[in-house]
Amino acid sequence: MIAEAGHFALILAAVLALVQAAAPGLAHLFRRPGIAGLTGFAAAGQAVAMACAMAALIHAFAVSDFSVRVVFENSHTAKPMLYKVAAAWGHHEGSLLLWAALLSAFGGVTALWNQGLPGGMRLRVLAVQGLVSCGVLAFLELTSNPFDRLSPAPFEGRGLNPLLQDPGLAVHPPLLYVGTVGVSVAFAFAVAALWSGRIGPGWARAVRAWTLIAWIFLTAGIALGSAWAYAELGWGGWWFWDPVENSALMPWLTATALLHAVRGVERRGGAEGWVVLLAILGFGFSLLGMFLVRSGVLTSVHAFAADPLRGVFILALFGLIEGGALALFAVRGHRLSGRIAFAPFSRDGALLLNTVLLIVATGVVLFGTVYPLLAEVLGIGRISVGAPFFDATVLPLLSPLIALMAIGPLMRPGRDSPRRLLRPAGIVGGVGLLAAAASAAWGGWAAAGFGLAAAVAAGTVLLLWRSRRSLTRRGLGMAVAHLGVAVAIAGMTGGSQLADEAIARLPVGGSLVLGGRSFTLAEVRAVPGPNYIATRARVTGPGGLALTPETRRYENPPQTTTEAAIASTPLGDTYAVIGEGGPDGAVLRMFSKPLLPWLWASSVLMCMGGGIALFARLPRLRRRER
Amino acid sequence: MNRNAWMPLFVFVILLGIAGARLGQPEPPLPSALEGKPLPAFSLPLLAGEGRLTPDTLKGRPAILNVFGSWCAACVAEHPIWAEVGKRVDVYGVAWLDEPAKTRAWLAERGNPYKAVGVDKDSRFALDMGVAGAPESYLISPEGRIVAKVPGPVTETVWKETLLPALEAMK
Amino acid sequence: MTRRKQRLILIGGGLAVLAVAVALVLSALGEALTFFYGPADLLSRADAAGRRVRLGGLVEPGSLMRDGATARFVVTDGKAEMPVSFTGVLPDLFREGQGVVAEGRLTPAGFVAETVLAKHDEKYMPREVAEVLKKNGEWRTAQ
Repeated sequence: MIAEAGHFALILAAVLALVQAAAPGLAHLFRRPGIAGLTGFAAAGQAVAMACAMAALIHAFAVSDFSVRVVFENSHTAKPMLYKVAAAWGHHEGSLLLWAALLSAFGGVTALWNQGLPGGMRLRVLAVQGLVSCGVLAFLELTSNPFDRLSPAPFEGRGLNPLLQDPGLAVHPPLLYVGTVGVSVAFAFAVAALWSGRIGPGWARAVRAWTLIAWIFLTAGIALGSAWAYAELGWGGWWFWDPVENSALMPWLTATALLHAVRGVERRGGAEGWVVLLAILGFGFSLLGMFLVRSGVLTSVHAFAADPLRGVFILALFGLIEGGALALFAVRGHRLSGRIAFAPFSRDGALLLNTVLLIVATGVVLFGTVYPLLAEVLGIGRISVGAPFFDATVLPLLSPLIALMAIGPLMRPGRDSPRRLLRPAGIVGGVGLLAAAASAAWGGWAAAGFGLAAAVAAGTVLLLWRSRRSLTRRGLGMAVAHLGVAVAIAGMTGGSQLADEAIARLPVGGSLVLGGRSFTLAEVRAVPGPNYIATRARVTGPGGLALTPETRRYENPPQTTTEAAIASTPLGDTYAVIGEGGPDGAVLRMFSKPLLPWLWASSVLMCMGGGIALFARLPRLRRRER
Repeated sequence: MNRNAWMPLFVFVILLGIAGARLGQPEPPLPSALEGKPLPAFSLPLLAGEGRLTPDTLKGRPAILNVFGSWCAACVAEHPIWAEVGKRVDVYGVAWLDEPAKTRAWLAERGNPYKAVGVDKDSRFALDMGVAGAPESYLISPEGRIVAKVPGPVTETVWKETLLPALEAMK
Repeated sequence: MTRRKQRLILIGGGLAVLAVAVALVLSALGEALTFFYGPADLLSRADAAGRRVRLGGLVEPGSLMRDGATARFVVTDGKAEMPVSFTGVLPDLFREGQGVVAEGRLTPAGFVAETVLAKHDEKYMPREVAEVLKKNGEWRTAQ
């Protein structure tokens, strides 16, 4: 009866969310401040109830209770335990439950942590969070109850999709969810600020910290997802501008903008309206991601629930939450904006311009993602918007942003003069141009990429050198994250512009040449696995390099998966996949991806930078309040 | 009042309208690529005795084709229903990716509800039919067209709510 | 510098970024979009030749042939057929008689695909493929 207990916990959480949303308003209405005291308890209680519901679902999966419908549909006794547990969120109902549980968890933590905020603001934030929770929980309960029973209980489950059995895929959705849901806290703060019409000093600090937490998880989640696609899909790529990928990228870009914009508000005020708008948009993109994925409106390899009724519900929810917040912004947003206290030519000015560039780039990604929908409604025809579109639009927009990122931090906040900036800009620009010239042989894109990466690295190092005596942990965090961006650009540029590819149908003993290196198909043989038969090839290359790509044929359900073999060194990857083959030969496809491992290293740097900046905040907050 | 502040809401409402318009025309659930089509040509050796299982074997009366295998756990769960269904309509089995000896032992243990069982050891038939996994069942009209496809086990509910009404409609 | 002037510079900067973005999008819309056609649509469109398009339909049973690392097969929507050649590793879920989406260009020698996406079960059939098939009456619902 654990599933029923989980269902009960879900309903309880919905009731508590309602209390949380209504208590501050009721307290005001009946002039009974005591009622407002319930808000925090309701938030904490809701978080506990949702944790119980999630635990109940995970339990049902762990013990393979096939009388629960989603377990029957998505699990199997032959699955290893890790994938049984991961299957709990590998489908529509479970992923939504996890999403809602995280939302509640963030609400509960907000109630516990942000005690330092002025009481009115804290209550308003919690009320907004309660309202959002109410909507999501109602959606779960009414259209997607994960605790539905089947009678009679089937003997065995149906979910044994080998493609989805990968450790990366088990961990990456929860991380991404923590990130996308984390943006909801900034959203609640933004709506609460509009509601009260005031932004206090604690507000910006809290928003920055919460956004930073969400940003770290989004970064990690996106990086893991890309690494999974790179290793598992066997196409040698790591980013496909798939709608689902875009739906994670958009909150990331917005959170990045918010992180930088709120810094200005924290420091000297000004552009409060912009910060609030960014926070509202950030959560909007999170919800949009849920909408794009869950309703199956867009053709996508990841969309696993094509259910129009759910789509209508999500759309209505989306319209209420996001439309309501934007309407509030339209009516009251102008009240928040203080006077802009900095000159356009200053660090703050550069920061603001960069946030604008980020948001415009996000808008372009959004446009590309929904354009197929638009074209269909307008009767233009069936269109897919792929990498060529995004490469031609997003990259030119992000290039000036990266250039500004190299020089901007060297500018003075408030006001600066071009003359003073001449020397640092000359150094940064010089390093960038040198790197570009050195890599010009590989073409214009390579020169641009390496030039920008070197410029950002040079600018960051220069900044660290200048502030070596007064370095705050926050400054250090920023520098580490910015270095991460430089490393990422180098990795992306190397992995795409310097890449090479070769494909041939080889007999055993045959060779192909990849980037001047010769690789030999030494052997192809059948290897039995636990529930599949693998065709495993051994490919040997120069320097004793041996790669063993496989294709695996599973029997139930009959399905074939490709296991790429990747040999990584700090200088780059050698990547091999095989197609149809037998003992006498196979189709061998190989890529060389110079510098690509830097991309994974860069995500670690960025998360580390975020972490350093985050933990720097806590002592500082205490000092100011004293 | 600041007019600029209304812009985000304006853009949002337009986007929402577009998404809503798209949702306004919901798609019917996608049927099998084969539903309504004639059975593809196949010829499977019979599990018992001489002769072969072909589309002609099924012609003249409605029939159910059930893809199963002794290795398939869900088929065990599904199995009892065929004895029941067999009273209303001819049920033919296709033993997929299975050794005939194992299939025979499996049927001997659980009872054989099939009018005839074809052996699809090398998955030729399953590939032609686009079988996604076992069990999978098809309702075939007297003219040899695929009327309905049930991926996964046929339960009481599926039989009563999907297959039986379709069968009645044919008569 | 007056506040008004500062404000103007900031707003002007924002608008300039927006204008650049709109220009980029408009120019990319002309070139970088990929239209989706079935074989019959593709043959009837003179402007499709040489452009990057997506071709969707069913893989004609019995049409798959191999020629070294190049696979050749025929995509059909029930009305017309289009020979496709593809050099590369076919996706795990590629099957004859199943839905497929090939992205590439129409050349005098047939359709040359750069990527091939396939989905096995009809549950996962790409929506685009399902629509082409429906349009041509290749698709029938039960009853």
